Amino acid sequence: MTETQYLAPHSLDEAVSALLAANGTGRILAGGTDLLVQMQAGIVKPGLIVNIKKIPEMTSIEETPDGGFRIGAAVAGAVVGEHERLGKAWPGVVEAINLIGSTQVQGRASAGGNLCNASPAADSVPALVAAGAVATIHGPNGRRTVPVEEVPAGPGRTNLAPGEILVSFTLPPRPPHSSDAYLRMIPRTEMDIAVVGCGVSLTLENGKCTAARVGLGAVAPTVLLVKDAADALIGSKLEDDALEAAAEACRAACRPIDDKRGTIAYRTKVAGVLLKRAAAIAADRAGRA
Amino acid sequence: MAKMHVSTTINGEPTEFLCDATDTLLDALRGPLGLTGSKEGCATGDCGACSVTVDGRLTCSCLMLAAEAEGREIGTIEGLSQGGKLHPLQQKFLEMAALQCGICTPGFLVASKALLDRNLEPTETEVRYWLAGNLCRCTGYDKIVHAVLETAAEMRGASR
Ligand SMILES: Cc1cc2nc3c(=O)[nH]c(=O)nc-3n(C[C@H](O)[C@H](O)[C@H](O)COP(=O)(O)OP(=O)(O)OC[C@H]3O[C@@H](n4cnc5c(N)ncnc54)[C@H](O)[C@@H]3O)c2cc1C
Ligand code: FES
Ligand code: FES
Repeated sequence: MTETQYLAPHSLDEAVSALLAANGTGRILAGGTDLLVQMQAGIVKPGLIVNIKKIPEMTSIEETPDGGFRIGAAVAGAVVGEHERLGKAWPGVVEAINLIGSTQVQGRASAGGNLCNASPAADSVPALVAAGAVATIHGPNGRRTVPVEEVPAGPGRTNLAPGEILVSFTLPPRPPHSSDAYLRMIPRTEMDIAVVGCGVSLTLENGKCTAARVGLGAVAPTVLLVKDAADALIGSKLEDDALEAAAEACRAACRPIDDKRGTIAYRTKVAGVLLKRAAAIAADRAGRA
Repeated sequence: MAKMHVSTTINGEPTEFLCDATDTLLDALRGPLGLTGSKEGCATGDCGACSVTVDGRLTCSCLMLAAEAEGREIGTIEGLSQGGKLHPLQQKFLEMAALQCGICTPGFLVASKALLDRNLEPTETEVRYWLAGNLCRCTGYDKIVHAVLETAAEMRGASR
């Protein structure tokens, strides 16, 4: 076996060329909290490891001129959690990213790694989907942008082409009285994998919901954008029957697996429960925003 | 293949070492650097026995490549006592019997110090969440959590 090489380039173009030259054996290293575990287990044996944390654009958080945010794909969770204005505008996105692992894991784990590892149960992804986050991708043919929900292709697989790197997430500007929330169901209080995860983002005008998005995790091969659930909320004042209709849309969208963490029936039921709870938290926050 | 050369700072001392691309920081600490205070409990980020700080941020050294230490400031358990004097956390762990076999202890101490460095008034809940990534097989968590809370109270008193 040839030995593994390590590179820490300072520019995206250098990183892309190195990945292309490695002919499919290259792996991107962000926080390494998935990659190193997989290497220790012998599941992946990269020919080249490209540490992207020397690329400034990937490790910074910025407010965009229109009032949105750009979060570098490799920013560690703990750093995201310390950004006060981001936490005010997008508390659901921040709480989802901060749910990843322990304090130690937060010191390294990134939202970019969470998305590109492509676990259906990745905690930050339903919240980013609900937020309408857009992924900026840099590759051999320049840049492209896609909605976050289009990045994962299935468990452990993404739609990134060879040599492509996820650079950052862009969150749109926030109208007044908008907020979001993320909830996951785990059997313990900390350090576990979501049985179901649900992100809700919404805008209220005089108590009426004028915009909403719902992201659902761990109930299908990829995280789902549940448009029918959002449609059930929009136009309502989040009365019980509107919430029940949105919960029903979430249950209908579920295509979960049956495993030791939860049966199909359980995951499906919990998806509806979490939708109602997350929508209530998001609405409460929006009322105060 | 040639080894990689890494220049870093460990517990305030400029340090250089050689490593392979796939060596973890924990491998380098316990191997060429001879700093065996950091323990390997799992090598998968679950137990916290390998906890170190990197530029002040708490991290599992088993989930970081040694090569990534280039140009960074690493803090390990060996840096806690100063001039032969135990850190107040170390003293309190002894007094309150917050350890038994001791394999988890360096990780708990490094993690607890990282907490007290940023918050000298943590609640019990905050201590428990902060330390959720540190596992102990023998002592149980109550003694450890109480030792951290006691130390914080003492350090607040001393700084008044
Ligand atoms: C103890 C422990 C607890 C955990 N708990 C949780 C949890 O509660 N919830 C949860 O969702 N996850 C959890 N995880 C999994 C992991 O921490 C997260 O998925 C994390 O977000 C991964 O980010 P990273 O930066 O460490 O990724 P890395 O390990 O660096 O990368 C992950 C994958 O994505 C690729 N990649 C990384 N960045 C990019 C990029 N910018 N462009 C293209 N590809 C890229 C890498 O090549 C690799 O294949 C846990 C892990 C551990 C060890
Ligand atoms: S050895 Fe690093 S977390 Fe267990
Ligand atoms: S004292 Fe033995 S594992 Fe904690």
